[in-house]
Amino acid sequence: MNRRNFLKLTGLGGVVFASALARGAGNYASSQDEFFFVQLSDTHWGFQGAAVNPDAAGTLPKAIAAVNALETQPDFVVFTGDLTHTTDDPRERRRRLSEFRDLVRELKTPNVRFMPGEHDAALDDGAAYQELFGPTHYAFDHKGVHFIALDNVSDRAARIGNEQLGWLKADLEKRKRDDRIVVLTHRPLFPLYPQWDWATRDGEQALELLMPHRNVVVFYGHIHQEHHFKTGHIEHHSAKSLIFPLPAPGSMPKREPIRWDPGQPYRGLGYREVEAEAEPVAYPITELPVVKA
Amino acid sequence: MSPQRRRLLLAPVAAALAMSGPWALAQPEERVVRIAARKFVYLPHEITLKKGVPVVLEFTAEDVVMGFNAPDFNVRADIVPGQPARVRFTPDKLGEFTYLCDIFCGDGHESMTGQLRVVA
Repeated sequence: MNRRNFLKLTGLGGVVFASALARGAGNYASSQDEFFFVQLSDTHWGFQGAAVNPDAAGTLPKAIAAVNALETQPDFVVFTGDLTHTTDDPRERRRRLSEFRDLVRELKTPNVRFMPGEHDAALDDGAAYQELFGPTHYAFDHKGVHFIALDNVSDRAARIGNEQLGWLKADLEKRKRDDRIVVLTHRPLFPLYPQWDWATRDGEQALELLMPHRNVVVFYGHIHQEHHFKTGHIEHHSAKSLIFPLPAPGSMPKREPIRWDPGQPYRGLGYREVEAEAEPVAYPITELPVVKA
Repeated sequence: MSPQRRRLLLAPVAAALAMSGPWALAQPEERVVRIAARKFVYLPHEITLKKGVPVVLEFTAEDVVMGFNAPDFNVRADIVPGQPARVRFTPDKLGEFTYLCDIFCGDGHESMTGQLRVVA
């Protein structure tokens, strides 16, 4: 029994979203190569606004405690951007990023990956973020899966930019067409709802480069809610936030945070486990709450 | 002068009259709306336009680089302080449409939006 079936049977997880990607990926038959990682997103450390989250300083520590309490620890944890809430003050930005970094050192999992959001990086082209967390785009391999972290936020106009697109192209040229590829971004690469700035200016160019590859999935943040979409054969899955939820795309006149419900604290917040299954290639998702009911 | 040659000679005159005289084809007059962008508002932020009437939106930024993006009409511009930015388009549908700043400009950027109201 794999973890997905175990979680289903025990009812430990939230909604499980699972869909298999294209078949025929390499020689990944061994279940030893299956693993899971945890995605946390949009923690906005430094945010203040009691009406939408009166426990702004306590939500991230609770999420870290929840991950640490998992019976099986993930292979790695990834934060998909907006680690901190934006500030015009460069010193305050560094202070928030430093506090965030110190907090997440409490995670039991030693392998933690970071990405910036526009709140972390857009006002200084990623300078403070890079001082504390390193490059804003990178790639790594884990148990047969090639992970690509794309930066679509350091540019204030939400462009990936030609230089990074060239890097992506060169990286993809080294992959076989059926390699398993997971793309991590902050903003959606497709125009989910440009009226609320839920898009990447040149995201289409990245998707064109990814399209020839048969086993690609994208995990992202930014929109503070779960959302699942396909462009061609590429799946896109956005994660919940750990500070406040936002309304469904276009469902309200304005993109304003959903107010805190004292009767259901932490509603709409959470994190997810992502299982990486090899045969067939699939990424079942288990959504988990910050605080168990 | 043959009737044919006379027609040829008079053709440019007739064309000029058609373009400038009382026989001119009716062209909707272009309207200019001036909008100031500053942290984190557009002034005015609600603009009423007429469907089918060309409009020029002229933006000025007062403090930092801002954006203007009206995705429903596929028009956008960067607004650089000291350099008025102009977008020209003809609203082709009725209703209320959101426009927004699409250049991250600080805490409050997410609330920097406006409304285009297109009426008949």
